[in-house]
This record gives sequence, structure tokens and C-alpha cells, in this order.
Amino acid sequence: MYRILAKTTLTPVTTEYLIEAPEVARQAKAGQFVVLRVHEQGERIPLTIADYDREAGTITVVAQEIGSSTLRLKSLEVGDSLASFTGPLGRPTEIEPDGTVVLVGGGLGIAPIYPICRTLREAGNHVIAIIGARSGELLFWEDKMREVTDELIVVTDDGSYARKALVTEPLKELLESREIDRVWGIGPAIMMKFVTLTTKPYGVETIVSLNSIMVDGTGMCGACRVVVGGRTFFACVDGPEFDGHQVDWDLLLSRQRYYVEEEQRALELFQQSSQQAESQETSRS
Amino acid sequence: MTNRKPNQIPRQPMPAQPPEERRHNFDEVAQGYTIEMAIDEAMRCLQCRNPRCVDGCPVQVRIPEFIKALRDGDMWEAVEMLKDKNSLPAICGRVCPQESQCEAECIVGLRGEPVAIGRLERFVADWEQQQGVREPEAAPKREERVAVIGSGPASLTAAGDLAKMGYRVEILEALHEPGGVLVYGIPEFRLPKAVVAAEINYLEKLGVEIRYNVVIGKLYTLSELQEKYDAVFLGTGAGLPIMMNIPGENLNGVYSANELLTRVNLMKAFRFPEWDTPVRVGSKVAVVGAGNVAMDAARSSLRLGADEVHIVYRRSRDEVPARHEEVEHAEEEGIIFDFLTNPIEVLGDENGTVSGLRCIRMELGEPDESGRRRPIPIKGSEFEMEMDTVIMALGTRPNPLVFSDAEGLERSRRGTVVADTDTGRTTLERVWAGGDIVTGSATVISAMGAGRVAANDIDAYLREEEQPWDTERAAASA
Repeated sequence: MYRILAKTTLTPVTTEYLIEAPEVARQAKAGQFVVLRVHEQGERIPLTIADYDREAGTITVVAQEIGSSTLRLKSLEVGDSLASFTGPLGRPTEIEPDGTVVLVGGGLGIAPIYPICRTLREAGNHVIAIIGARSGELLFWEDKMREVTDELIVVTDDGSYARKALVTEPLKELLESREIDRVWGIGPAIMMKFVTLTTKPYGVETIVSLNSIMVDGTGMCGACRVVVGGRTFFACVDGPEFDGHQVDWDLLLSRQRYYVEEEQRALELFQQSSQQAESQETSRS
Repeated sequence: MTNRKPNQIPRQPMPAQPPEERRHNFDEVAQGYTIEMAIDEAMRCLQCRNPRCVDGCPVQVRIPEFIKALRDGDMWEAVEMLKDKNSLPAICGRVCPQESQCEAECIVGLRGEPVAIGRLERFVADWEQQQGVREPEAAPKREERVAVIGSGPASLTAAGDLAKMGYRVEILEALHEPGGVLVYGIPEFRLPKAVVAAEINYLEKLGVEIRYNVVIGKLYTLSELQEKYDAVFLGTGAGLPIMMNIPGENLNGVYSANELLTRVNLMKAFRFPEWDTPVRVGSKVAVVGAGNVAMDAARSSLRLGADEVHIVYRRSRDEVPARHEEVEHAEEEGIIFDFLTNPIEVLGDENGTVSGLRCIRMELGEPDESGRRRPIPIKGSEFEMEMDTVIMALGTRPNPLVFSDAEGLERSRRGTVVADTDTGRTTLERVWAGGDIVTGSATVISAMGAGRVAANDIDAYLREEEQPWDTERAAASA
């Protein structure tokens, strides 16, 4: 169960996994997430669904190697199985024929906007996507994104590829020049915050997908508490998508950092042990 | 030894790890009777003709019978008597609030200390587990398929009973481990996971199939299960944490007890970094609430390295809902109890992390709807306590996730499922429910009892030719 059918390195820090999960694929919708464990001692890692294929019975997720768990995931090979894979969790994106919509995907956030773009387009929307990364080598799925959008704008922070700009710049230009009915912003919390600040003066509804710390992902623990419009919600069951103009961003950013020290410690330990394993491997051969 | 009169034998104390030692480890605190202690304790039982202890037990365990068999040294008979009514005695012997159930009614207790029924129950059950894996009796197989949702005490009991009756039983569990609250909620030092694992193992031997990572309401809906199975038992408990809704509750360092305990028990955060999931408690911890979950959270915090742990409770010692033994153990370990104290705000520093708890003193007024005296704030008595972790242990509600696309399933205003107490039938045809999902957070034994009631009714229903479903009846027990 939960076999890795394909594994593709997208950037030096990002990997795409095709997972065999027919039951999850049967129910998965754009905007939802899964929780997976890499090994028996592993933590429960929430990842937004990047694609699903009901007929093939597969789910695609994209993970960024930022800590020990995602590095361990990367160390698995095609044919290996995950320890567990739970989903689809959270509420799906509300899809309506709004008219012209803009989806902003920053960094890893490119992955979750892909199925949302596709579904919105199928619902008859004119879909414009802005995808961006810090540099060209961190950008992925440009071709794939082109297939599910009517217009695609590509930017990098440092200008090493495509246009040199932050994602908010072309967003602002679109808001100035066109009639935009709805905006989605998915990516690092700080990027989402600036997307909502950009759209706010234009009064355009802006949906964000909140990536707070989670444990079970089913509403049991409340680790993922977020405040939206002055009320507390559990991102895992009430979200992950919320009205971005109502989100308390400083709280989200602060809660995301709570385990930074432990994450760092786990990462160092993992790197040490993989180095040891590697040097043993070399000495043997 | 056998010449002594029952009233000459003192109640046998439970051997336990010394407080100084155990506050630094997660090993089981109460270590269990030796055979000598168990027989001495069994001698204290008067073998009443009209045993009141049995009435005090939510599932009417045959207490005098199992104690007599134990006293006579007939251990298998003791096991049989005990398990006639209770399918999870090794668990109940450890976590039941005996002092307010069987032992509260014990005649010996009128003049002295009651017979330690719970400890004897545990002794007999542990003895049975030590004999190795039991070979279940083969029942004639039946074709009907039953889905049991969740794998806590209600579900384990229902699944076990139905499997013994020959039904094809599948447990659908949302998490990656079986056991529900027994595994994510109750800590190792109070209920070793090996004890739960032995019960699960037995169920699997009975032919119960357990499927993990199946979130009902997401992966399948209740109505899909209704189509796929002949009967559905809903035993998903009460897993949604209740928060206080006071300012500062979302600061870093504020946990629901569920989060802390899930990290520690299910995810083994106490073994971080060998296990990947971390947990952080500071040096000063306040746990709000005084139920068993609050005691578990407080004592876990201590074991995770906190220097000072407080139980903050708005009522007084007399109203503490936790088991007597847990309170005693907590006090021995150095947990500080702040009674008649209610938090009104969690205070934070400039980084958004907890720095203290602002509270108000309370006094007790007239009894409220729960029969306990209502706590009333004393004006002007606000004060602050320095804290770096605050854990909310105020109870739980059923998780509404399971109810998506469950039209026709009636629920109370508290979010619990409405079910007939005599049968477990809900207002949805061929769907039974039992345990905390019906009662709100209660005890393992009552959940177990409800699982058994439902299993018997499922059997009766599936054997009937005509199968009418009286939704009015379930609704009437609301």
C-alpha cells in the first residue's frame, strides 16, 4: 500500500512523488491535502494534493526538502512504500464560474495551484496564473501550468529566469488593468500575506491556503489553530483555504516557528546519520 | 494464611514506582499485585449474597464470582467470570474510577476500606495476558459484514463480540495506530500500550480486519458504508478539544490536552529525536481542568522535564472529577493544585509565546445543573502566575468530521449522536452508535458497555426476518 510509483526531482530542493492510493484518489479534490508518514517513527507530514488521477488511482504530492522528514522522504526509492497515507483531508476549493481569476503560486505553492487552475478552467473561468520562485532553478511545472491556464506569468526574485519581479508586481498590474473576480495566493505565509495586502485596496476576494503546524490533520489536536476574522479555526478541518483578507498573519507566522529549534536538531542528526551511512557505504565498496 | 478472618486483613496497597523515580520516566506507575497480595485481598471479599458492588458497575461484572475463583486459585475460572461481562479487563482494571463505581458500593467499605476490586480485576487480566496468546473459539461463520468505525473501547468491544458471533467485522480507523483514546490519550505510565496491543492482537486472531488511515466523512461517507455493509457501528468517541475562548489562547505554548497527549502517546514525542515528532513544554506548566485527562497532561509534562506543574481548577477538591488514584499519584509526584482558580487570560511575550496566566479566585455558590456547587468569581481577586506552557484540559466533544453526508442522523445540541440506550440504534437505518460519541466524554467502561449492547442488538437485528427500524425510539431517548 501507498507505493511510490514515480519520483521526479523538480529542483535542487523539490521532489514530485506519484503515490499509489486508489481510495484517496477516488475522493480527492483540488485544495485538499494528505497526511503521510515516511517510516514507523515518522511524524505526520501534511502535504497539499498537487494532482490526482481517479482512473489510475494515484495522488501526486510535491515536497520541499526543508527538514529531516522531507529528506527522509526523498531517500525513498520508486517501489518503496510509505508508512501511512491519509486523505483527502480538509475542505476542497470552492469552485464557481466567477469569470476571470488569478492564481498566484510561490515556490512550493506552484504545486497546489495546479489542480485548482485546472478545475477552475473546467468550470468555465478565464484562468491567469502567476508563478514565481527565488531563482530560475527553483521554478518547476512551467509547462504543466501552461496547459491548465489561459495566461501564465512567470517571475523570479533575482531575474535569473523570466521576468525579475516578486509575484505581487504582475498581480498589481493585473488588478490595475483588468477586471479580476477572484484571486488565490498559495505559497510561504509571508508571500500569501503580501498577496492579500496587494489585492486588499482593490476589494477582490482573495483565498489563501494556510500551512500551519498539524499533527493528526483531522480536527483532534488543534495544533493548527488560526485566527480568521477574529475567530479561531482549525486549518485542518475548517480550511485549509480561508479568506486571506481576514487572516491574522502574524499569529500564523509566529505559530509556524514554534518548533524551529527541534526541527533544526532533527535535521542535523539526520544529516550526520546519512553521512555516516554514506561513508560506511564507500568504505565497503 | 487462610485462617485469618476477612476483616483482619488490611486492604493491600498497590506496589508503585517511587514518586521521585517515576516523575522522570514513562514506565507504568502502578506495578500490580503479586499472587500473595491478590489472594490476601481476595480474602477480604465477604461474598455477599446480594452483591452491591455489581450494581455499582456500569456493565455488572460478576465481581464476587471472579474474586472467589481467584481466592480458590482457579485462575481460568476467574478469567471466565471476569470476561463474561467485561471484554477489556486489563484496561478497565487500570483506568476505571472504581472508587465511584463498584468499590463505592462495597459492604467492607462501610467500616473500613473497600475490597480493591479494580486491582484484583487487573491482576486476573494481567495473569491471563501472561499466559500468552489465547486461541479464540471458532464460531459458525456468518455472511453479514459489519463496519466498526473507530478503534477505541466501544469499537474494540463491539468488534470483538461480533467477531465471536461469527460476523465479518472490519474496523475502520482514522489514525495509523489502533486503540483510539487508549493509545493517543492515556499515557504509557498509566496504561502500557502493550496491554492495548494484546487486546488488538486478540481481535485480529478472531478474524477482525483492521484498516488504518480511513477517515470516515472524507475517504468514505456514512451513507456509502450503509450501502456496503449490513450494519455499521459508530464508535468514534469524543475527539474534538474544547478550548476556553479566553484572550491569548492561540499563543505559542498553549496546547489542547489532546495535542500534548497525541504528540507524546501516539507520536512518541517523549522519545524525540529518535522519533520524529517533537513536543515542547517549558519549566512552568499550568494545566486547566481536573479530570483524568488533566492529570495525564500534568504528569506527562513533569516527565517531559517541567520543573513546576500546576493543576488550575475553578471548583474545589471535592468536585475533582479525576480518579482518586490519579490525583493521589499526581500529588505524590509534586503536582501543585490551585483550586477555586479560573484563568481569564493567557499572557504572552513580544515573540507571541506564553509568559503567564491571569486568573481569578472563585468561591462556591448554589448547586448547578450538574449537582455540583457553582463556582462564582470573586470580584477584584485577579492575579497573575508566571507560566511558559498552558494546557487546556476542559473536555472534548464528538468530532463532526464523521457526520459529513450523514443526513438523517440525529444529534443533540452538544453534538453527540442520539441513540437508544437499550440497543444503540441511531435514527439512521442499520447504524448503531455507542461510547463517547453518544454520551460525550465519559469512561472506558461505559463505552465498553455500550459497544456490547450494540453488538448484541446488531446480532438480534441481523437474525430477524422482518427488520423494521423504529427511528422514533432512538429519537425518544434524546
